[in-house]
Amino acid sequence: MGERRIRVLVGKPGLDGHDRGAKTVASVLRDHGMEIVYTGLHKTPEAIAEIAVQEDVDVVGLSILSGAHMELFPRVREALGARGMEHVLLVGGGIIPKDDIAALEAAGFSKLFGPGTNTDDIANYIKAEMQKRWTKEGADA
Amino acid sequence: MSRNNDAGSVSVVDPRAIWEQAFRKAKLRDVDFSTLSGDELQPVYGPDDVELDEHADLALPGVFPYTRGIHPSMYRGRLWTMRQFAGFGAAHETNQRFKFLLEHGQTGLSTAFDFPTLMGRDADDPLCKGEVGQVGVAISSLKDMESLMQGIPMDQVSTSMTINGPAPIVLAFYIACAEKQGVDPKVIRGTVQNDILKEYQAQHAWLVAPEPALRMITDVMAYCTEHVPNFNTISISGYHIREAGSTAAQELAFTLANGMEYVRRGVAAGLDVDQFAPRLSFFFDSHLDFFEEIAKFRAARRIWARKMKNDFGAKDPRSWMCRFHTQTAGVSLTAQQPENNIVRTAFEALAAVLGGTQSLHTNSMDETLSLPTEKAVKIALRTQQIIAEEVEVANVADPLGGSWFVESQTNRLEAEAERYFEEIEQRGGVVPSIQAGYFQSEIHRSAVRYQRAVERAQKRVVGVNCFVEDEAGPEIEIHRIDPASERHTVDSLRELRETRDAGQVQRELDAVRAACKDGGNLLERFVAAAHAYCTLGEIAQVLREEFGEFKEPKIL
Repeated sequence: MGERRIRVLVGKPGLDGHDRGAKTVASVLRDHGMEIVYTGLHKTPEAIAEIAVQEDVDVVGLSILSGAHMELFPRVREALGARGMEHVLLVGGGIIPKDDIAALEAAGFSKLFGPGTNTDDIANYIKAEMQKRWTKEGADA
Repeated sequence: MSRNNDAGSVSVVDPRAIWEQAFRKAKLRDVDFSTLSGDELQPVYGPDDVELDEHADLALPGVFPYTRGIHPSMYRGRLWTMRQFAGFGAAHETNQRFKFLLEHGQTGLSTAFDFPTLMGRDADDPLCKGEVGQVGVAISSLKDMESLMQGIPMDQVSTSMTINGPAPIVLAFYIACAEKQGVDPKVIRGTVQNDILKEYQAQHAWLVAPEPALRMITDVMAYCTEHVPNFNTISISGYHIREAGSTAAQELAFTLANGMEYVRRGVAAGLDVDQFAPRLSFFFDSHLDFFEEIAKFRAARRIWARKMKNDFGAKDPRSWMCRFHTQTAGVSLTAQQPENNIVRTAFEALAAVLGGTQSLHTNSMDETLSLPTEKAVKIALRTQQIIAEEVEVANVADPLGGSWFVESQTNRLEAEAERYFEEIEQRGGVVPSIQAGYFQSEIHRSAVRYQRAVERAQKRVVGVNCFVEDEAGPEIEIHRIDPASERHTVDSLRELRETRDAGQVQRELDAVRAACKDGGNLLERFVAAAHAYCTLGEIAQVLREEFGEFKEPKIL
């Protein structure tokens, strides 16, 4: 049946209603052959982690434009960890100042994408990272 | 000499034929020549490209159908209001920014609220942790409104409040605050956005399901007609539709469709159209496509005038006038080479002025990075002042009227809007189309199409897909919200809960609940609840319980 498909959760934590970026990225990732689960708006970190468990995703991508990323992004990571999902590839995007990007990347986010990012670059990044992980899993097995 | 036959002499006197022949031979740049919204353009326009009845379609400024502007004197009489949207942190911090803007020549206030306030939640609600005061000011009660307006004479300043789901509650705080300043609500001026339909379609800060939300809006119209007659009760907004990714035509069409829906609701609630329609105002985006935007503003005035007069039978000319605020396009700003955003904003602001706007917000260069700094806000305000004072564009009304290109674009946008009105009607109207996710899908499709066009460099963005510089561009200062603001707002709210009259709070909340059930005017109840220092979250919770929440349709 061909290649294993990458399953991606696109999540909108917090009260922020700006979903243009999240939905655009979700559509592009789907065009790249990934399976997409979109959480919809106004989700708590815990609710997002719950959906990640239920849908057994490989990747969690978060989008936030409300300035609350330093509060909510780490909480999603904790909620994933509490549910045994610390292995997922965790990425994010939004209006996030440079210093915060560095802090979040040091705190377990693989990569954060800012305004002006080419959506194909996001897809290619995810594919490359998942390829690395699956190759390693294959070698470990 | 080429006069050897008749055919030859025809081609000599027909400039179009000469031009066509030459144009076909010309070597063209290999770029996309469509509008920003993706509509094909001709290389040049002439009289044959525009079908126009000068009197019926254009007339003159201040004359139906107002294509050329709503005032006979336009900016010779009065410049547009320079209204910079501001708000962050705790109420007293935004109060300082308001005073700064007033001192620098701004002529009206415009309030940005934080997400907790926009979603009808108190600052101490666990769902709001980390969001208080981030993208706007936190207003949880009348007490916060009092510190927001402290020292600002509410009988003199006009205030715009960008809030929708809980708009009637926050408006009640404003009215109550005026009363506490000793100002008669009859004289307060301003606008409350209060446009819930576009929240479901694009901006997504809703409180309850559409039908009860629309009932609250007609309650606001009814109450204000009588008690707060100088307040614009709704600002029907295309801005968020456009920022969410729509085309210019979709922004125009969906906004006016929403406007007509509010008018229908008002009429159905038993109000006389001429009693409330003059207090309706609009809010549009001004994006980068200079001529398409100008045409959009002109088309909006013409369509609204025709609908109000012909379809709704409004008799008061003020009901026919599409008055609007404009904001330059936030989505057009780039995080790359952010100082270039000053130039983008200036062009967008100029389009809004040439399009005849009544008020204008110019974005600051740093808004793709954070909320703006004082320096960036001042440059944005100065941009408007330069347009008003230096470039001599405020002397003549509708200076592009009669341009074959602009008139053809105006006609095209009107025709596209009419096609959308039919489509929405066929789908059962605005609310069923929202519930089916129609607008949301249309906007999403346009957003993806534009994103792909940029990524394929069909649409050029300086600093993003052309004239790109290294990552390490000039560092600009970032405005960070002090975490102490959230603590301050939460502490102040806790203190309020301990000191207010709990019995009176409960009585007022019960009265709100009763009005939800028996159809009493809710704004009247909210004003009373505001005076009792009921909080936003407490009142909103009653509404959520009584009216039910909105379930977002799945479009992905």
